[in-house]
Amino acid sequence: MSTATPPPVSDKVTKKALTADHPTWCPGCGDFAVLAIFYRVLEKLQIPHEKIITIAGIGCSSRFPYFMNTHGVHYIHGRALPFATAVSLARPDCHVFVFGGDGDGFSIGGNHLNHAARKNLRLTYIVMDNFVYGLTKMQTSPTSPIGYKSKTDPTGAIDQPINPMKQVLAAGAGFVGRTHAMQVKHMEEIFERAIRHEGFSIVQALSECVMFYPGAFDDSVPRKGGKFEIIEEKKWDGTPEDEARHDVTNELSAYELAGLQYPGKFGVFYDVDRPTKNVLEQKWIDSTKANMVGVTDRDTLQKRFDMMK
Amino acid sequence: MSTPPLTSPIDSATTDSPAANVQDAVIRLAGNSQDGIQSIGGFLARLAGRTQQDVMTYMTIPSTISGGPSIFQVHIGSGEILSAGDEADFLVTFYQHSYQDHIGALREGGICLYDSDHVQPDLEDKKHHYVGVPITAATVEAIGGTAKDKGKNLFVLGLLCQTFQLDVEKLKGIIQRQFGKKKEEILRVAFLAFDSGYAYQLGNLAHAYHLKAGHSSEEHRLTTDGNQMMVCGLLAAGVRYGAGYPITPWSSIMESLRAELPRYGGLFVQAEDELAAVSMAIGFSYSGHIAVTGSSGPGLSLKMEALSYAVMAEIPLIVINVQRGGPSTGLPTNVEQSDLMQAIYGSHGDAPRVVLAPRNVEDCFYIAVEAVRIAKKYSCPVIILTDQSISSRIEAFREPNLAEWMTEPTLDQMPRDESWRPYPLKGEVSHAPPGTKMLGGKFPVVTGLEHDEWGHPTASPKLHTEMTARRRDKLRRLMDEIPTPEISGEKSGDVLLVSWGSTTGPSKEAADRLRSQGQKVSSLDLRHLHPLPHGLDAIFNRFKKIAVVELNDVGLYGYGQLTSLLRAKLANPHIHSICKTDGLSYKVREIVAGIERIKAEA
Repeated sequence: MSTATPPPVSDKVTKKALTADHPTWCPGCGDFAVLAIFYRVLEKLQIPHEKIITIAGIGCSSRFPYFMNTHGVHYIHGRALPFATAVSLARPDCHVFVFGGDGDGFSIGGNHLNHAARKNLRLTYIVMDNFVYGLTKMQTSPTSPIGYKSKTDPTGAIDQPINPMKQVLAAGAGFVGRTHAMQVKHMEEIFERAIRHEGFSIVQALSECVMFYPGAFDDSVPRKGGKFEIIEEKKWDGTPEDEARHDVTNELSAYELAGLQYPGKFGVFYDVDRPTKNVLEQKWIDSTKANMVGVTDRDTLQKRFDMMK
Repeated sequence: MSTPPLTSPIDSATTDSPAANVQDAVIRLAGNSQDGIQSIGGFLARLAGRTQQDVMTYMTIPSTISGGPSIFQVHIGSGEILSAGDEADFLVTFYQHSYQDHIGALREGGICLYDSDHVQPDLEDKKHHYVGVPITAATVEAIGGTAKDKGKNLFVLGLLCQTFQLDVEKLKGIIQRQFGKKKEEILRVAFLAFDSGYAYQLGNLAHAYHLKAGHSSEEHRLTTDGNQMMVCGLLAAGVRYGAGYPITPWSSIMESLRAELPRYGGLFVQAEDELAAVSMAIGFSYSGHIAVTGSSGPGLSLKMEALSYAVMAEIPLIVINVQRGGPSTGLPTNVEQSDLMQAIYGSHGDAPRVVLAPRNVEDCFYIAVEAVRIAKKYSCPVIILTDQSISSRIEAFREPNLAEWMTEPTLDQMPRDESWRPYPLKGEVSHAPPGTKMLGGKFPVVTGLEHDEWGHPTASPKLHTEMTARRRDKLRRLMDEIPTPEISGEKSGDVLLVSWGSTTGPSKEAADRLRSQGQKVSSLDLRHLHPLPHGLDAIFNRFKKIAVVELNDVGLYGYGQLTSLLRAKLANPHIHSICKTDGLSYKVREIVAGIERIKAEA
């Protein structure tokens, strides 16, 4: 029951305080690293514990909220972003984090991704992309490459996969990043920058499904003979080398990066501020309220009644 | 201006017909949707409200983008008005097609006023009286010919004002307020057209009617439609957040909320689709602010999965369904009550939720307030089943006293101690909205998976049984507080009419009419459809036959949706259906015919 007892003295956000159930993911799953790094970033940022909200839809990675000891929501398949939209808008005091996988975010919830990005909501969305449906045990996902053999494509996937980076850039996302669950340092940096971004931020974290798509990302793992190529960002130092570096405010360059052949590059594709829906809606409320000093809600409704007389 | 001779039948019209003093009058305006007949119908309705008369309107709008035939019917009277009227006493026709389509709706001896520039009536018709006025030409002449025939509606309003001896000053005041925000020029033109109609030489038709003074002595009366009253109810109840997607006839609720809520420090989001809309509303409620979403027919189907989440996670939520004709896109601008089963049983799984229905425009306010109270107390979704008829028709009624009905919203952020449980097996749900400090250090996860008292997922057979029961039992507790409905008329008799939503007005009128003819017919209406109130069995047992009046199909087994539920619950074989699926509101005579049919059956 509710009490007025003062909160405990130590409110420090630690890994221990953030840890909940032991994850039910398969041993070796890439999502463990994402979770561990997320703890670490929160420890660093020290957002008040009760203001951290984790929201997810359905899927292996969408189990995330159970493994985080924070206010959490395990919502329905594909609709975590609309749910999070409301929490973000109604609770400016809270920090909203959305987690999910490729099926949840790019297939059943694909339309919401476009609209959350264009509305520029103040939240961070981390997609653990494993190129396969894991929870339902090995069906083709919207990011499965052509030729991938699954239970729904026994002779190999034939549909062109989604390019989520291109999609979110086109939809108007302000922060678009890409990282890899096996590159924890890189992941930490990208997560932190995404969280510090004021508006809608999305990070695609390639996260291997060791059960149904082992080796999916070997091409980007150096110790397996792959290449983990990091985007070099412009330093604006006027040097000739800087010419070739990536300008994170250049949408066309970001689009070019998104179009690179797999495994492509990792880092920040795009990072531009534009007014969030949160700010714009609040501006409307504030400007309306500015003309209503001392007017109660009852007065306002009474006035509406008077117009109906 | 020239004064054309009045068409011949008017001479007879004034000799035998229009009574000098009439109790009530039904005026039907028939034209096209862009003629502005809705706005003059609205002016007439508002005038009635302001002159202590009762009023009910009825309109049809084509589901086309622009244009198409449209009607607006106003039933004004000094007594209680329960329906929009079976037949018109007075018909205004703007076009030949309006005349042809609606002359059948004019009662015998009624007057047809037609635009002689567009309509050639059948002058052999001796059943009705005809008055031709060159409405189009006279309007153009009055306004000065720059605005084509815009303003015809106000010219006609002037004619009606003259014929029915309406209060010119009050009417002009209403017009002025309506146009107040527009340019002065528009108001000037409007008055030019109105004055010209008011001064038009109507001969014997002038002052043909005089409506008796209104009976309503209440000073504070509102005149508006059901969707606007629903919005006011939500605002009074403290709803400050919501989300929706446009669909007719729900849209005007979301438009109003979107425009109004910033004044209350709140926010309504236009979502990308229905699934997002309901998800956002659930998200707002989770955040600690009870929220509303809504739609019409097809949109409700899309919300059903999320709705079952709100049941499972026990999130308070208001869901409005402005029912229209179905299935599929169906009849988007017509009325039907065919979503009742969907409202109660529409989601997958055992997903019990509350379903309420407003009985008229006024009741939209009170049903919204009650829905919010129930949703908060029992932490569950409440569906309000209104319909296209109630949503768009205008009525006049006593203003709710806001001192009594206003609830200020609060955000509960009291820290929870270690003994707190969101879903106690015994007792009501108690969510901890985000931002709440958890003194025991353990934070809650709200889920659609079956869960224990903490909200922690479990597939325990015992817990699923217990939790299913707790979600059902809270609706049983609600059932215990719902009052048994009042009977209108004798407490026993031959036939009891049972209505819900927009069938209530005409059902009561039918019962009143038959009772005045000596028949033993009473009526009762249900506002609580799930759970149903206690005590219906005892009431029903005192009547030989129960006739449930519904706007839906009798289905495979011969019973409408509410009828089927009542028969299943009460196992009373004397419960019958009066159903129809023409997409139109009930006429009183249709219900009377239904009663006759049921009485004649063994």
